[in-house]
Amino acid sequence: MKIGKFSANASVRAVGFAAAAALVLSACGGGDTATEEVVVEEEVTAVAEECASLTPVKLQLQWFVQAQFGGYYAAKDKGFYEEECLDVTILEGGVDIVPQTVLAQGNADFAISWVPKALSSREQGAAITDVAQVYGRSGTLQVSWADSNIKTSADLKGKKVGNWGFGNEYELFAGITKAGLDPAKDVQLVQQQFDMQALLKREIDAAQAMTYNEYAQVLEAVNPDTGALYQPEDFNVINWNEEGTAMYQDAIWASTERLASDADYQDTTQRFVTASLKGWIYCRDNAQECADIITANGSKLGASHQLWMMNEVNKLIWPAPAGIGVIEPALWEQTVTVALGTKNLEGATIVTEAPSPEAYTNEYVEASLAVLTAEGLNVTGEGFTPITVELKEGGN
Amino acid sequence: MNQRFAKGLVSAAWGLAAVGILIVLWELYKWVGETTNIPLPANYDDASMPHIWVILGGFFEPEVRGSDTAVWQTVAAGAGRSLLIAVGGFVIGVSIGLLLAILMERSQLAERSLLPYVIASQTVPLIALAPLVVGIGNRIKIGEFQWTQTQSVMLIAAYLAFFPISVGALRGLKAPTAAHLELMRSYAAKPNAILWKLRFPSSIPYLIPALKVSAAAAIVGTVVAEISTGARGGVGRLIVEYAREATSQPGKVYVAVFGAALLGLIGAGLVTLIDVIATRNLPREGVA
Repeated sequence: MKIGKFSANASVRAVGFAAAAALVLSACGGGDTATEEVVVEEEVTAVAEECASLTPVKLQLQWFVQAQFGGYYAAKDKGFYEEECLDVTILEGGVDIVPQTVLAQGNADFAISWVPKALSSREQGAAITDVAQVYGRSGTLQVSWADSNIKTSADLKGKKVGNWGFGNEYELFAGITKAGLDPAKDVQLVQQQFDMQALLKREIDAAQAMTYNEYAQVLEAVNPDTGALYQPEDFNVINWNEEGTAMYQDAIWASTERLASDADYQDTTQRFVTASLKGWIYCRDNAQECADIITANGSKLGASHQLWMMNEVNKLIWPAPAGIGVIEPALWEQTVTVALGTKNLEGATIVTEAPSPEAYTNEYVEASLAVLTAEGLNVTGEGFTPITVELKEGGN
Repeated sequence: MNQRFAKGLVSAAWGLAAVGILIVLWELYKWVGETTNIPLPANYDDASMPHIWVILGGFFEPEVRGSDTAVWQTVAAGAGRSLLIAVGGFVIGVSIGLLLAILMERSQLAERSLLPYVIASQTVPLIALAPLVVGIGNRIKIGEFQWTQTQSVMLIAAYLAFFPISVGALRGLKAPTAAHLELMRSYAAKPNAILWKLRFPSSIPYLIPALKVSAAAAIVGTVVAEISTGARGGVGRLIVEYAREATSQPGKVYVAVFGAALLGLIGAGLVTLIDVIATRNLPREGVA
């Protein structure tokens, strides 16, 4: 396992983390984890003495543990939640687990979900509120071979375009519509598997991919012509943030009713948002350590893939000019506009009417940012430079 | 004894031959696809259908680079865990199924009111059931015991496993002929005695196939529920995780699929064992 480069502002602290990283690394190598656990337990008891009691909190994720949720795992492992007197249980997702439904049914206290999917659930009756928009950008790409010359959504005309369906297709459809094309007639849409073989085998011209996952999978595959891994130059990507049809993705959702009536829950939400954002700030400055924390928490992803994901997720968050987690009205409007106006092949839109004002609030995130700024943390990520991650074959 | 041994040898040889034929067919399909222009219904390239030796090689690759654990070890551990959950679900499912069957056999009212629901229970799709079980489970905490996804998966496995037993056992418990029942009554046998001495033994020929179906349902239920709920540690989750890496390591996911298939074989083997023990006193021929 090789430790990648740290970002410029983190390199100073790198030495200090070497010891911690070594511990984590030895843990994944099947070494003795007892020492590490003891250390963590001591921290917990030390903090618990300051808190009257720890509030139990359940957080529902959309998927298995992976760097996509790095900040929450970092906040838990680095004790940020305990500092806020929270005892957070992170519930992993699965194929059929819908986080916003779990939250709305009261089976979790907070949930991570993409905004369009959550808006759709809201319209179907899930009373949930976006309390922190962690990802400021969309991570969805449309990847194609460089020789196909597909650089904007207009170039998709007449091409075989892969998409995942199930609500993941709206940015693509909005992009195609914006380019003056009809998604039903001018492109040939193909249901895509969750791997990228169809693109590599040239069965489709453009494939949907997340910057932090599927795009990396492509770059981890061996090019049979050269014997080396595929390079970014071999591909073109359409980025919906640049095309202007991007929709907000990972956000922290809370129960609308409990926010309105339950003072304890308001307080818990405040502390949860503060500690979570602190975790994300930590992952910005310590991408390698966060990737290792994720692996230590049971992720099966290879080391270079994990670090790539952490770094790409950081790029979706930072820099955050308004501060991490702040919902920017313009981007929220763009998300709602696409959700209202884009029809999928069945003629359905994500929502049929604009979401009510309780759909989001900046109240908690602004208070959290004030606390974090007072602690001397950089909440906007000004001057953020991503690290360079070298992907290995198979992501190992 | 010698004859039995020879018989066993022959069936083992047939089993191996079947695997061999499968391997030959697999490679033949690839070869036909690659060398001729005959259009084939499914992809034959190395990414969709890796060569057998690539799949076998996948067993021994390290799970992630630099780790001492090979893929097969992780899959074996996952399959072992899934097997334990499936056995737990099977035992719970069989117990509930038998109780329901006895209840329905005893009372016409119970049969009429319960049987439709027993049948309807199997029409609930797992996609609807899994989140429900997990959601309710998350709230269950009794003392130190916290309901986890392991319990959710076991419950789903039991839910699928109880059905064949309850229907099969009900049929079996009703199997004794009128003459047999009248004989018992002429002895003034109590209903419990009739159940244990007559109905239960005569239901065994119906129970064994039901147990086989149940065992398969428990195992499939475990693997699918693990995929559905994302429960950690089992072979179902490994299939999902390795499938994501199929772009660059197509052989890996087959190792997990192989692990799941192995589970099915072990399950069938366990039921055969029950069969041998339960039917050792029954006459070999003329079983009603």
